[in-house]
Amino acid sequence: MFPDVRRDFPLLTRTVRNGKPLVYLDSGATSQKPHAVLNAEADFYQFHNGAVARGAHLLAEEATEAFETARADVAEFIGASPDELVWAPGATQGINLIANGFAAASDGLGGAEAERFRLGEGDEIVITELEHHANLIPWQQLAARTGATLRWIGINDDGTLRYEELETVITERTRIVAFTHASNVTGVITDVDAFVRCAQAVGAITVLDACQSVPHLPVNVAELGVDFLAFSAHKMLGPTGVGALWGRKELLDALPPSLYGGSAIRVVTMETTTWLDAPQRFEPGTQPVAQAVGMAAAARYLGELGMDAVAAHERRIARILREGVTDIPGIRLLGPVDAPHGVLGLAAVAVDGVHAHDVGQVLDDRGIAVRVGHHCAQPLHRRLGLTGSTRASGHVYTSEDDARAFLDVLATVPSFFGVTV
Amino acid sequence: MSDLESMYQQVIMDHAREAHGRGLVTLNLEHVGESHQVNTTCGDEVRLRVGLEGDTVASVSWEGSGCSISQASVSVLSDLVTGESLEHADLTYDAFRALMSNRGIPLDEFREDLLGDATAFVGVGKYPARIKCALLGWMALRDALAKAQLDSTENGEGDD
Repeated sequence: MFPDVRRDFPLLTRTVRNGKPLVYLDSGATSQKPHAVLNAEADFYQFHNGAVARGAHLLAEEATEAFETARADVAEFIGASPDELVWAPGATQGINLIANGFAAASDGLGGAEAERFRLGEGDEIVITELEHHANLIPWQQLAARTGATLRWIGINDDGTLRYEELETVITERTRIVAFTHASNVTGVITDVDAFVRCAQAVGAITVLDACQSVPHLPVNVAELGVDFLAFSAHKMLGPTGVGALWGRKELLDALPPSLYGGSAIRVVTMETTTWLDAPQRFEPGTQPVAQAVGMAAAARYLGELGMDAVAAHERRIARILREGVTDIPGIRLLGPVDAPHGVLGLAAVAVDGVHAHDVGQVLDDRGIAVRVGHHCAQPLHRRLGLTGSTRASGHVYTSEDDARAFLDVLATVPSFFGVTV
Repeated sequence: MSDLESMYQQVIMDHAREAHGRGLVTLNLEHVGESHQVNTTCGDEVRLRVGLEGDTVASVSWEGSGCSISQASVSVLSDLVTGESLEHADLTYDAFRALMSNRGIPLDEFREDLLGDATAFVGVGKYPARIKCALLGWMALRDALAKAQLDSTENGEGDD
């Protein structure tokens, strides 16, 4: 579908394990980077590097311009306005920034405008059993700090969310509803509307973990109707060390910051500090400028491919992987083959009688890179009766041959370990 | 032999399929130590119990779940140290650690002899991500033996 895309990714031409061509199927963990991203970062350092938002020389101006243009490009990629987009080192830190803002408000910081973020006993935070640790632990710890109660939407035996629980779990006591846009294990895309409707009916703030969706699907914050959304650059062909937190402007301007330092402030005295408005109030200290420039290049690269085309490619890879694994005896797909709102181009599987590490080792020996283990989603695996699984996950550069190579080697795994199926 | 076959040698496959020492044994010994170890990268775990009679490792039993490398490793370990002296167990532990950090190259004859079936794990040393799997049971052994000896000391002091 994207015949010329592979040549944009220099790493994909290398060989592994005694000269075998690389079949990279670990994009759910981190994606490879195109020349456009590598060049954007290098170009920034070679020609424009300077301190952002301080200093009056030409390089400082150019660096500031590059940084803020990057913000505008990434914001545009998700249909947002630049002043609603906060740089964070990744989705994990973006989600922590929201949770810590609630914690700071609950400690009494942030003045009257932070009232809506104050939590205490009797308040509830709702998540789902699908969440990976980045959208689970911050809320669990926030509950522990504030006396609020953590509740969650359960999942069925096939790994799908129990939407019928939404109306009973989300109640007048619910203050936050945090959920994933797409599971990094089952690959199932969430019915965001269903969550937003229930949350809005009780006035709860919604937080969407979009680190698996923004790289693979068209995402528009206005259409989603959530209040906050976080994602990482490194999963969307961009650099590590940078990501973005989007939030409604009036919420971002009221949420107390939880990281403190220079550039985020209006006036500092020895006794007190007043903050700038969002996004700067959340960006103290030196920011990941070259990485932000690289992230914007990744967003433009994906934008040029067209996110509808990316999503269509993703569906094709999903079908080959997910239908393919269910045809192999002794292999169990985590999650359904397809779902009402679609699935990502990934398949996480359990091989009867063979541990995920052993499965991964056989694949690796043939040059196929996959993720093994619990994929930072221990409760989900436990719920499915597993400690871990083996996950193949694609991106724009994943070919149908890559998916078939995975299936061919996966089919040999049970016999290699002497398991009869 | 490919790298993969050298990692999954038959002796490892056999131990993984029919592990020795599996099933925690209730011990009526004075000096007992137990350790629970988890491999945080994959969630594999082992709970291992040792019992001492004087300077002899009289009993090694364990329960756990994990990949074939971790399960085979703890199985071989229980064969190697049960009935041996504490000093011998320590030497065997040191030899196994040395094997794991030897990048797939066999050790000297003395340590190969100490390791017996455990020499089959030589290929694991080429895969840094799997060394933790092979060491899981050995870390539990080391910890359990230390606790059992601590237990001895405390009991000894108590007797005085």
